[in-house]
Amino acid sequence: MSAPWVLGGGGPVIPKFGTPNQCLKNNGWFCPGWVRDHWSDILQPALIQHIELTVIAVGIGFVASFVLAFVGFRFRVFDLPLGAATDFLYTIPSIALFQLLVPFTGLTVTTIEIALISYTLFVLYRNIVTGLRGVPAEVLESARGMGLTRRQTFWRVEVPLAMPAILAGVRVATVSTISIATVGAFLIYYGLGGPIFDALGQPDIFRTELVAAGGLAILLALTADALIALLQRVLTPWNRIR
Amino acid sequence: MPTEAAELVFDEATKVYSGREGAAVDHLSLTVPAGEICVLVGPSGGGKTTALKLVNRLIPLTSGDIRIDGKSILDYDVTELRRSIGYVIQQVGLFPHYTVEGNVGIVPHLYGESRSWIKARSAELLDLVGLDPSYAKRFPAQLSGGERQRVGLARALAANPPLMLMDEPFGAIDPIVRARLQDEFLRLQQELRKTVVFVTHDVDEAIKVGDRIAILREGGRLAQYDTPRRILAEPADEFVAEFVGRDRALKGLALRTLGELELTPAAGADGLPRLPAETSLRDALALLIAERRDALLVVGADGSPLGIATREDLLA
Repeated sequence: MSAPWVLGGGGPVIPKFGTPNQCLKNNGWFCPGWVRDHWSDILQPALIQHIELTVIAVGIGFVASFVLAFVGFRFRVFDLPLGAATDFLYTIPSIALFQLLVPFTGLTVTTIEIALISYTLFVLYRNIVTGLRGVPAEVLESARGMGLTRRQTFWRVEVPLAMPAILAGVRVATVSTISIATVGAFLIYYGLGGPIFDALGQPDIFRTELVAAGGLAILLALTADALIALLQRVLTPWNRIR
Repeated sequence: MPTEAAELVFDEATKVYSGREGAAVDHLSLTVPAGEICVLVGPSGGGKTTALKLVNRLIPLTSGDIRIDGKSILDYDVTELRRSIGYVIQQVGLFPHYTVEGNVGIVPHLYGESRSWIKARSAELLDLVGLDPSYAKRFPAQLSGGERQRVGLARALAANPPLMLMDEPFGAIDPIVRARLQDEFLRLQQELRKTVVFVTHDVDEAIKVGDRIAILREGGRLAQYDTPRRILAEPADEFVAEFVGRDRALKGLALRTLGELELTPAAGADGLPRLPAETSLRDALALLIAERRDALLVVGADGSPLGIATREDLLA
């Protein structure tokens, strides 16, 4: 059986070559010409899809975790089961989880999102609960003594003081989601995993495409990490001063 | 917002914690007149802090009543009650994510005061507690322990509450700064005339700060409630005598000044040591002992002789 891109006996002819050059013929590690030629039809769309996957997963994951963490924080009996559940989800290998979901949601982006969201819960839930619990007792006592209601105490004291831990969780969740999301292309060609799987599927591994897409995933992770670190500094000015 | 100092009445106030034997506060009845400082003092297990927290309902009463200007604390909305009472605790409990100004403004903000009002009030209060206006924009992490407690005091005073509850406010501060804070607190009280309930385990602090002292013993029972002088002069029982210490006679001397004595006319006072009328009897006695003298000449602020006080006069 021959793959569609193998033409005759000339050795592998890799599609999306654009203008073939020496670098591509040698399957070089990084051929700038190919990247330039296929930025707009392969890499850029994949990058945008990848960002979408990540933002939606972390966004929904954050809201869900926050609600769960509030429950686990306010009603201690729920903390253990909720923690165990998010723990359990995290232990499922990502490829297995994608496959497990296919019968329910099919080969869709939704399937990828559900898996990604379920992975964010673990780190976000833990960090939010830990952050909320970490508020010093004397701060809570003075808040109560001054006549803040429970709701005021939650939003004005507990949440802001938990912010460093919460944002640390968002940081880890975001970076790991960017990474895990590449595996989503195991199901369908979507996100930066698309070109990565594509490159890996070539007989000799199409190195330039692998390096370009993989590199973009790394750059995206680093950029997100730096942005959230910056957000941490801006949102918690009291934490900087010691 | 509240203003005038209020009278505080404990009326058979009792707290029994469920699952614990005996009461934490046992039928406590006492009246703190408006504008006075009442110090709750006693050994640990005496229920002083519990008694304090009953007032702002951080701990609910089991039985009995507490009234502020005649109105039962149970008739207040609990949030409203707490906002109308200044609350200072040993660990201060400043909000780490608020600036000093933000912290001072917490209760006024809850009362809906404007930003500019809070800014002005905070500047006024920082001045009152002896902090430079530049402190307004600092975060608690940038302050020393003594400075934090000053901010804690300013915060408690922000809404001008008629009643202040202070739970070992100077307990975590080193002795030198503590003495200064006590002095400044008393100077402030001269001006503000709040009704204050002040908890401490330190008898000397109680004697220094209190207009009245309530000594609580194990099981939250009131052993004696009186002025510092009378507690030192006439302890109600062995427990009180033991608690205030064997040197209570000396502590009592520290509370009185030469000016309060009946002096004999200053004839033949040549060569006697001269001391101003506001010197405490304790310091005067120390001088007589050190200089091996039997009498001294009390002088007024202008140095004019007021009369002679003998060693017997001091100890009478």
